[in-house]
Amino acid sequence: MTRPDRRAESSSNRLPRWVVGGLAVPATVFIGVFYLWPVGTLIGRSFTLESLRSALHDPAIRHIAWFTTWQAGLSTMLTVAIGLVPAYLLARFEFRGRRLLTAAITVPFVLPTVVVGAAFLALLPDRLDQSVIAIVMAHVFFNVAVVVRGVGGLWEQLPPDLGAAARTLGASPSRTMREITLPLLTPAIAASASIVFLFTFTSFGVVRLLGGPAHPTLEVEIWQQATRFGDVGVAAVLSVAQLVVLGLAVAWFSRLQTTHRRALDLAPLTHRQRARTPRQRAFVIGATIAILVAIAVPVAALVDRSLRTGPGHSLAAWRSVFGAHANDASRPTVVAGFDPLASVVTSLRFALIAMVISVVVGGCAALAISTLRRGGRLLDTGLMLPLGTSAVTIGFGLLITFDTAPFDWRGSPWMIPLGHALVATPFVVRLLLPVLRSIDPDLRDAASTLGASPIRVWREIDLRMLGRPLLTGAGFALAISLGEFGATSLLTRSGRETLPIAIERLLNRPGALLHAQGYVLATVLAALTFVIIGAVEAVRLGSDQRA
Amino acid sequence: MLEVRDVSVSFGERQVLNRVSIDVANGEIVALLGPSGSGKSTLLRVIAGLLVPDSGSVALDAVDITTLSTHRRNIGMVFQDEQLFPHRTVAQNIEFGLRMQGWEVARRSRRVTELLSMIGLDQFAGRRVTGLSGGEAKRVALARTLAPSPRIVLLDEPLTGLDRELHDQLANELSHLLRSTATTALIVTHDRDEAAAIADRTVTLADCERRP
Repeated sequence: MTRPDRRAESSSNRLPRWVVGGLAVPATVFIGVFYLWPVGTLIGRSFTLESLRSALHDPAIRHIAWFTTWQAGLSTMLTVAIGLVPAYLLARFEFRGRRLLTAAITVPFVLPTVVVGAAFLALLPDRLDQSVIAIVMAHVFFNVAVVVRGVGGLWEQLPPDLGAAARTLGASPSRTMREITLPLLTPAIAASASIVFLFTFTSFGVVRLLGGPAHPTLEVEIWQQATRFGDVGVAAVLSVAQLVVLGLAVAWFSRLQTTHRRALDLAPLTHRQRARTPRQRAFVIGATIAILVAIAVPVAALVDRSLRTGPGHSLAAWRSVFGAHANDASRPTVVAGFDPLASVVTSLRFALIAMVISVVVGGCAALAISTLRRGGRLLDTGLMLPLGTSAVTIGFGLLITFDTAPFDWRGSPWMIPLGHALVATPFVVRLLLPVLRSIDPDLRDAASTLGASPIRVWREIDLRMLGRPLLTGAGFALAISLGEFGATSLLTRSGRETLPIAIERLLNRPGALLHAQGYVLATVLAALTFVIIGAVEAVRLGSDQRA
Repeated sequence: MLEVRDVSVSFGERQVLNRVSIDVANGEIVALLGPSGSGKSTLLRVIAGLLVPDSGSVALDAVDITTLSTHRRNIGMVFQDEQLFPHRTVAQNIEFGLRMQGWEVARRSRRVTELLSMIGLDQFAGRRVTGLSGGEAKRVALARTLAPSPRIVLLDEPLTGLDRELHDQLANELSHLLRSTATTALIVTHDRDEAAAIADRTVTLADCERRP
């Protein structure tokens, strides 16, 4: 596609530079003040040679670093191995319920980490629920969708006749898999694996719920050092070390993606077929059932446990959270130290604030990035940075930066939604940018020739097209904020517990009623997430059908 | 040598092959004619074992192979769009079947050199297959199929989609190559002239159907 160079375009037809520059301001300030400054503070103020030395020589920390790495490695390998089965099923076969299965597989991935942790806590017997096995199982459950999407996308495009050719040359099915299919899928496998490794290496919510005190990861240790032991130095060293590991992983990942794109010149075709042989039919049916069961069982366990306060099932826990209370003694506030119902309200309020911040900041930023050249790319990269930073690090940075007058904002109620917005904004930008970039400039030119002023062109063309992606972005921001646990763990104050914080508190305390209440809140959070993501998908699919 | 008897295949409601029978004698080159979408490729897939027929049988040298796995049949196939392995070089593509048969390295590389010179691409051993021209890719695909000396070679529209000049040139080469290696072949095409140029005998799919 060749287009005339847009720089040569008459400048009087475009929005004035100061308007575009102005759009970049909120995002620049936002990232500068609430990301770069805190991270800078983290590195500068607390990261001293001495704290580095003491951390490196601390056998406990070495042990934690080693545990973090190997559990992430093991989780990643298992996730990839297990994820290849649904990836193959969805890439190669056409069958009734295929779309439903695709949707079902993404369910665990959109669930908040605390909910996944709670689900496996509910599912596993007491003997297993505070063990590495539990952590790894939850990680696999959570991340399989990454492999299915990543690897399945490529697998779908591999011509099945490549395998057929190998078979006619004498390769057995397993040899064909080893020599042809897997090597061709390697770029996608490696890319998915590195994402899964990133997620499991920085896993916080799942480990807080399932690891117990015996199995902290680096992320949990940072939180522990910062909030419980008050050792900011060690926490800072660990944060920076983790930043470095994540930076390397992201760099490796983006390099993989470039080679990935170069490696195969595949037409975007799908080669799905109906199962023909009895063996294929058995595989399709068996795998579909197994996948659905694997997804449904932990979620069902969650709901089941919310109904158990004693022997048999009852709505006691639900009633104690949502019902009117006859007397003050039965109010859960008295037992738990906070009101579980209030956490629902708090979470919703924070989510709305976070949504507004990320939609405004992300929206302005996307418009600026799509118009500006070099500055745009810089802003784009800057906004992506929080994604490569662990949530606990973000929260920790905010905590130690805004602790002195006149910036003592640690206790202010907007600190938590702000942290959530840092995580959600990149998603909003990523959803908006492709749409903005795909707007044909001729469309704008046509509007100009019809007498629209630059600002009118922008309103009539650009803004119109952004409706759906903005809605989608808002939905994602809501869901992200509702489930956010890492940054919140550091910024939370008593009396302002969010749902994930409340769930973790309730589940880590003894008492059947408190546990059941924890599962009630986890069920509520899962349901809220379902509804939001379901609505987002409906909007997205609606736009697909119109296109 | 190859005996296909009363093979029927349907995909869902659609009957693609209806009691098709065909014979190919040892050393014979048979062209199977039929319009596009008439099920010719499906028949080749049944013979290669890539597709199990709903009914009917396939026998090779009087041994029933209807349900035998593809990789145990030693039936070669040249696919319509070559299906060269994109992650392997020209030489690695050609030697793939030899490796599956367990040939040792030195013997493999002699055979590859021999085949490369047969198809006139002597200098191409280390090339990536993704950079080949249409005609080169066809030749490499043919060499890969011939390398392990299969009992019969199935060719699925091998010359479709080439320009006139290249088409005629490759038709000649193909005919020569199959004859000089005394290869038994069943070639599927919709082009009557092409069939006449390459094959000893031409049959149409309609002729093969529902014979008593």
